[in-house]
Amino acid sequence: MILDALVQLCQMMVVLALAPLLAGYVRKVKALLVGRRGPPMVQPYRDLLRLLRKEVVLADSASWVFRATPYLVFAATWVGAALVPTFATGLLFSYAADMIAIVALLGSARFMLALAGLDVGTSFGGIGSSREMMIASLAEPAMLMVVFTLSLLAGSTQLSSIAAFMQGPDVGLRVSLALALVALVMVAIAENARIPVDNPATHLELTMVHEAMILEYSGRYLALIELASFVKLLLYISVIGCVFAPWGIAAAGDGFTATLTGLAAYVGKLALAGFLLAAFETAIAKMRVFRVSDFLGAALMLGVLAALLRFVSRLT
Amino acid sequence: MLEGLLWCIATLLATGVAALALARRRVASALVYGISLGATSVAFSAALASLLAPAALGGSLTLPVGLPWLGAHFRLDALASFFLLVVNLGGAAASLFGLGYGRHEESPGRVLPFFPAFLAGMNLVVLAADAFTFLFAWEFMSLSSWALVMAHHRRPGNAAAGYLYLLMASFGTLALILAFGLLAGPTGGYSFEAIRLAPPAATISGVVLVLVLIGAGSKAGLVPLHVWLPLAHPAAPTHVSALMSGVMTKVAVYGFVRIVFDLLGPPAWWWGALVPLLGGITAVLGVLYALMQDDLKRLLAYSTVENVGIIFIGLGLALAFEANGMTGAAALALTAALLHVFNHALFKSLLFFGAGAVLGATGERNMERLGGLIHRMPRTAFAFLIGSAAISALPPFNGFVSEWLTFQAILLSPALPQWLLKFLVPAVGALLALSAALAAACFVKAFGITFLGRPRSPVAAEAGETDRWSQAAMLGLAALCLLAGILPGYFIDALAPVIQTLTGTSLPRQEQLDWLTIVPIAQSRSSYNGLLLFFFIALAAGLGAEVIHRLASAAVRRSPAWDCGFPDASPATQYTAGSISQPIRRVFGSVLFRAREEVDLPPPGDTRAARLRVRLRDVPWDVLYAPIAGMVGFVADRLNKLQFLTIRGYLTLVFGALVALLMVLTVWQ
Repeated sequence: MILDALVQLCQMMVVLALAPLLAGYVRKVKALLVGRRGPPMVQPYRDLLRLLRKEVVLADSASWVFRATPYLVFAATWVGAALVPTFATGLLFSYAADMIAIVALLGSARFMLALAGLDVGTSFGGIGSSREMMIASLAEPAMLMVVFTLSLLAGSTQLSSIAAFMQGPDVGLRVSLALALVALVMVAIAENARIPVDNPATHLELTMVHEAMILEYSGRYLALIELASFVKLLLYISVIGCVFAPWGIAAAGDGFTATLTGLAAYVGKLALAGFLLAAFETAIAKMRVFRVSDFLGAALMLGVLAALLRFVSRLT
Repeated sequence: MLEGLLWCIATLLATGVAALALARRRVASALVYGISLGATSVAFSAALASLLAPAALGGSLTLPVGLPWLGAHFRLDALASFFLLVVNLGGAAASLFGLGYGRHEESPGRVLPFFPAFLAGMNLVVLAADAFTFLFAWEFMSLSSWALVMAHHRRPGNAAAGYLYLLMASFGTLALILAFGLLAGPTGGYSFEAIRLAPPAATISGVVLVLVLIGAGSKAGLVPLHVWLPLAHPAAPTHVSALMSGVMTKVAVYGFVRIVFDLLGPPAWWWGALVPLLGGITAVLGVLYALMQDDLKRLLAYSTVENVGIIFIGLGLALAFEANGMTGAAALALTAALLHVFNHALFKSLLFFGAGAVLGATGERNMERLGGLIHRMPRTAFAFLIGSAAISALPPFNGFVSEWLTFQAILLSPALPQWLLKFLVPAVGALLALSAALAAACFVKAFGITFLGRPRSPVAAEAGETDRWSQAAMLGLAALCLLAGILPGYFIDALAPVIQTLTGTSLPRQEQLDWLTIVPIAQSRSSYNGLLLFFFIALAAGLGAEVIHRLASAAVRRSPAWDCGFPDASPATQYTAGSISQPIRRVFGSVLFRAREEVDLPPPGDTRAARLRVRLRDVPWDVLYAPIAGMVGFVADRLNKLQFLTIRGYLTLVFGALVALLMVLTVWQ
């Protein structure tokens, strides 16, 4: 019990501490890949601290929704990330939310953020919110179909049970799992506003979605929203890692060394996933916003196909 | 208990009659809504008490009214008491809201007599225990709500909405009459007890299912029988819209559950394919229609269509499981559906009240002319925000719990033996997920355009907060939405007796679990704890705010909006209701609604404004209703000639008819 609580607390702190580093690492790798030197990997920490110390410039027409949103978005994302097994499955509160609830929790964060985009009453905020909700309306069902597929396999929607099942002997290579992995990666790219759906580094207003939505934010509010988006990227990579690459995750009740191994394995997975993301982003161009629906529609269809294959092969 | 409930109904009816005489007086409004509030509160407490202490259930009563050889049967069982709870909770909230809102009513004489009558009608439907009383109460409910829809019959569109409503309601009742005729069989046992003892044969019960889907489904708003709903619900005064959308659709669901689960005997497996498919299509089409609306009340009415679809998904899954003897799974699906019935009654009433408060403060229902109301109506905005989050199935609110349970029921479907169901149920799951995500987009639009941003018209800029009664009704419902979201275990336990009587089993007791977690099947399979999530989010947000304000910076400077350096003072530069749904219209609407955009650009030199016009087609209307209406018109035109015959012509007609009938009779024998 006490160990579980410790693991839980440790996990909450680890995701918070590692998230900016992951973002800095991805940026660094991207810079190296295109032949630039790039900022140091700790740059996001510096940016966050700088933003936190600055005053907030608040638009005249902003309401309390605008001011409460950064805290709520950060809290919802952090709680979601704290409930995903990263290096150990024995989380004290993992029963509070299964995978569906974690997806919905991120949905709550997005709902508030989209409202904040509309709050000041500018056209950029509106365009961001409108497009973000369009992307979410396809990405969320695709994600849920992935959850369906996994839970049909593992007989559970709890991430720790799924991770335990995937570590077990009766997984094998399955077509539906491969489809689900592709769908999940596509959803993760869209949800985290990465290329080719959105560009996290752009300042061309007409091509951006997430950045347009938060255009009016400054100071500590912006810092919180940035941190939340770092944590969200970490969360998706953790989900992919704990479901499709569950090696090394310490089970409940394992000793101290197992936990340390799990931590090392987790950092390794993050490094690998970050590198792949950076390489993918350098190799591909951003697509037009109305092509995104095709991209995510494909993800949704892959998810449905994966679930259907599971349903059908259940008997055979 | 049952007598007490009937006395409440009698009080409501008497109030309605008294209001006929008093409607012109000033006190009438306060009196009618006050008495309605009292009667529905008493009925609510009685229903709650009988649901929590099932020993008090099972009372039945026969009154010597109605058909002479039958009498009027009333019975209070677990199912009835649950729906009474929903009806009277919604009724009490609407009466409370009406205490403030009804003061501004322009024609109280058209509203006050029918409001308590409508409440009484809905209560009577739920309590009725024979076919005649049920149908009588059903028709009474329909007609009193029709009168309320027609309260403002001079406003453009309302008369047509009322006409369509009357037509569809009659059609639905006709289907129900036929269904009961088949249920009663040749012996004519019209009391529910007699029907229950002699369930019909398999083919007949299939026909009855289809008839009930038409009868109850048209009242609830199942696609393609939904066409009247988004016209009629917004036409009524707002607290009545809330009752129609939040409560009357639930009475229709009650009719479906009562007949299909209670009276009809064991289900066939194909029912479990038909009903969830209809539900899934209804959910997605309903929310897409809602997204396309600019009228706030019509948006809410279409969203009711969506939620009815979600309820029918749950009900249909329960049928599929029950047909295959999986009672545990059936109990889960039915719990999900009934919990959504309760939840939707809460947040849909709340949202309609919010729309009513906005309508009262600005006189506007069109979102394109609203905006920025959060500054001038902070309490209404707060309550509406809670309702929006709850209806979008966001944790930690109540809408998420019932949709989560529905998902859990869908995940049990691989064990079903039929291949069609194996393919269909995951597809329905995808439709459910799609509708949940689109609902969030829809309510970002509804809340964001109405309450956030800058005012788009002078009336929106000068609006004031609504009255205390209305605020109390909205904030009370908002509190219930949160409560049902963070403590769902108690609500699921309260449903247990209902589920027990309908499926023979129920979900495991939830209230003893640690930290009030809900675990529908097993801990290792799935669990959810709204309380902990709520607590953690509040803790993390509060802690974050505290730490940052202490250690970093708490300074705020107000300034004009940044807007990339080019802020424009005109509120017309904001995103509008039409533009926010444009991406989704492009993605989904170009096929489903045949959406077309036309740009009318003036030639160079002309200073006329450019116009963008969007055309949407209602496909069910085009495909199904327009041909029928055309055919009826065509036949009526042809028959019209019969009215202008000579006396000889009429005599020939009568003679011909007589001969024809005699011929038929001879051939028959």
